[in-house]
Amino acid sequence: MISNLTTGERRGALLILLVMTLVGLFFAAAGRGDPIAVHGALIMVAAIALAFPIMARLYDPEPPAERFDTYYDDPSKVGIILTFVWAAFAMFVGDWVAWLLVEPTWTTSGAWSSFGRIRPVHTTGVIFGFGGNGLIATSFYVMQRTSRVRLPDQLSPWFVLIGYNLFCVLAVTGYMLGITQSKEYAEPEWYADLWLVIVWVVYFILYMRTLARREEPHIYVANWYYMAFILVVAMLHIVNNLAVPVSFLSAKSFSLFSGVQDALTEWWYGHNAVAFFLTAGFLGMMYYYLPIRAGRPIFSYRMSIISFWGITFMYMWVGSHHLHHTALPQWVQTLGMTFSLVLIVPSWASAANALLTLNGAWHKVRDDATLRFMMIAAVFYGLTTFEGSFMAIRSVNALSHYTDWTVGHVHAGALGWVAMITFGALYASIPWLWKRERMYSPALVEVHFWLALSGTAIYVFALWNAGIIQGLMWRTYTENGNLAYTFLDSVVAMRPYYIARAIGGLLFLLGALAGCLNLYLTIRYAAPATDTASLKPLRDELNDAATLPAE
Amino acid sequence: MFKLHYRLERRAIGMTLGIIAAASIGGFVEIAPLFTIHQTVEAAPDMRVYTPLELAGRNIYIREGCYACHSQMIRTLRDEVERYGHYSLAVESKYDHPMLWGSKRTGPDIARLGGKYSDEWHVRHLLNPRDVVPVSIMPAYGWLMENDLRTDDLSDQLTAQRVVGVPYTPDMIRNAADDAYGQANPDSSRAKGVKTRYGEETNIRSFAGAPGRLTEMDALVAYLQILGHLTDAASRDTVAKDLE
Repeated sequence: MISNLTTGERRGALLILLVMTLVGLFFAAAGRGDPIAVHGALIMVAAIALAFPIMARLYDPEPPAERFDTYYDDPSKVGIILTFVWAAFAMFVGDWVAWLLVEPTWTTSGAWSSFGRIRPVHTTGVIFGFGGNGLIATSFYVMQRTSRVRLPDQLSPWFVLIGYNLFCVLAVTGYMLGITQSKEYAEPEWYADLWLVIVWVVYFILYMRTLARREEPHIYVANWYYMAFILVVAMLHIVNNLAVPVSFLSAKSFSLFSGVQDALTEWWYGHNAVAFFLTAGFLGMMYYYLPIRAGRPIFSYRMSIISFWGITFMYMWVGSHHLHHTALPQWVQTLGMTFSLVLIVPSWASAANALLTLNGAWHKVRDDATLRFMMIAAVFYGLTTFEGSFMAIRSVNALSHYTDWTVGHVHAGALGWVAMITFGALYASIPWLWKRERMYSPALVEVHFWLALSGTAIYVFALWNAGIIQGLMWRTYTENGNLAYTFLDSVVAMRPYYIARAIGGLLFLLGALAGCLNLYLTIRYAAPATDTASLKPLRDELNDAATLPAE
Repeated sequence: MFKLHYRLERRAIGMTLGIIAAASIGGFVEIAPLFTIHQTVEAAPDMRVYTPLELAGRNIYIREGCYACHSQMIRTLRDEVERYGHYSLAVESKYDHPMLWGSKRTGPDIARLGGKYSDEWHVRHLLNPRDVVPVSIMPAYGWLMENDLRTDDLSDQLTAQRVVGVPYTPDMIRNAADDAYGQANPDSSRAKGVKTRYGEETNIRSFAGAPGRLTEMDALVAYLQILGHLTDAASRDTVAKDLE
């Protein structure tokens, strides 16, 4: 892998690692007495560990010039492996914290493993570790195929992938050490945030350089979504994380905003992390992999335009529906609710576009678990966006907010939509990337599918029930006009649902582990592809869809 | 319109600018006015800042992820006001960088927790919640009593707070570490300055019940006991009087 880099790229990589080692050393030494020193040491060790294999191959010959005839897929391969590693790790932690709500003593007495510290390990691990790696790995793959051009260089994709994973590691180790700024889904502290900005700028430049060299006149719709994902996540990340560090040798910072302004900024970010990380990015994935796997062009070019711009414009208004009946001015709440309702139009346009694309290929959905993953993902996307608009209505939200219904809703989206489309896309990519006939065990893909679907169903049903019961108990009055239940009554009532939820999560985790095993077996033992022509994804068909003439 | 798009989607820069433009409008329209419309946050002249000990306790609350299960935002709903007290006002989190309104109530709202239970109850509850609430599913926080509170960076913390807009005076910043110790050790010489700097109603007592020491438990309990008491704007609020 390293021999595929040019000598100049190897030197560049070493230079970057040297700078990182020095920065790490500085924080490790000067920041003693503050948790930031641990992260300095971690950065230093990681940079040194990466430098060794590069130094060992520094004087290898230049890679052959034929490389320019092929796509550059090494970063995608590593990205896919990392996606599975993060899935196994973060879903394990997720199920662990789920059991802690059933039996709070099932943990160590160490501070690092208490519920409040490992819950964000789960959320960051699945959203950014699992989801983010899946997006980066597939985006490299998709942008090359749909532009019919190789990545412009071989160093920047590695910088993006490894740098991003360093951010994720800093984040989750930070929480266990007690480093967090407590903003939901933006918990990492100021220095990790700054590092992510650097990584993200390189990612955007890489995307634009690839598009600039493309041999296709049109930019395919999957790339619109990946671009929106990269651009808007950058906007959200920078604004929401504006903060003043206690000192440059302290891990602690204070948010620039406070109170009501901070609350709206946080949920403007939070809901659009859902929109542009967990929706736009994965729609990009769907628009490439679903039509290819089904062997059908996208149903409607116009619907994809309407839904793309609808989502890009409207989502940014809806964050305030997280703050109904709070101290946020009512006009902002109402505006957020209104846009949340209208948002059903572009959301369902996307879901319908995906499902209608499958017309003529439903027999494949029946036989092929990989395509079925994508189909179910589109169904859950439709369900979750409907549920989201519904829960954004102020009077519904009065019942649902603060309850487990919200958690159930999030998991309908995260398990049913995000994880399912990712697993579908990965099972499609793995044989193409490693030049295998197919996954080592299609039966194991089938097992994974049913574990994932049953796990999601159990989880979501359990928390719908839990949330509605909670919400009703809190607002029930006796005939005398007193509150009927204490808060503790509602805690006790949750127990059976929390058990069911943890079992559903366990099934989903087992499915992901089956996926890890299948990935290993495919790389290690699956028969190589005999027909190399079939390795090329159905590019022509895709291009038909992309360049559909406007009438 | 689709013809226009047919041309637009051939230009990467065009798509980039289009995405930025479309995605910027919502945030501008909703967030920017919150900084300029002054009715957004009520006036509360009696509002005081957190003492260094309370601020340190707040940091521990953040560090341990308490906000994931406890909200600090009582909504304008009848059952919430009856269960938790007057609905939360914007001004009450004016000095909260960041806010800790929360989004989930696995445990109850604690916006007005201060003064509801004794210090001793809080200490026992944090050491093992099931000792005082048998059906609780809250984690135990044994290390809070073992860890001495870090005070060497409190002056820097107050300075950073001042930069983001919290009105700490140079006097408060200079004495931050001493005030933290003094607030939890009423018999020490360092206790005297706390009331002059933070007001007569400041709680000065041994929160964790271990005089001569300053633990993380002292800080967290001091913070929990001030929740809802930085201003009495809510109890003066006439709207609330009507509702009750």
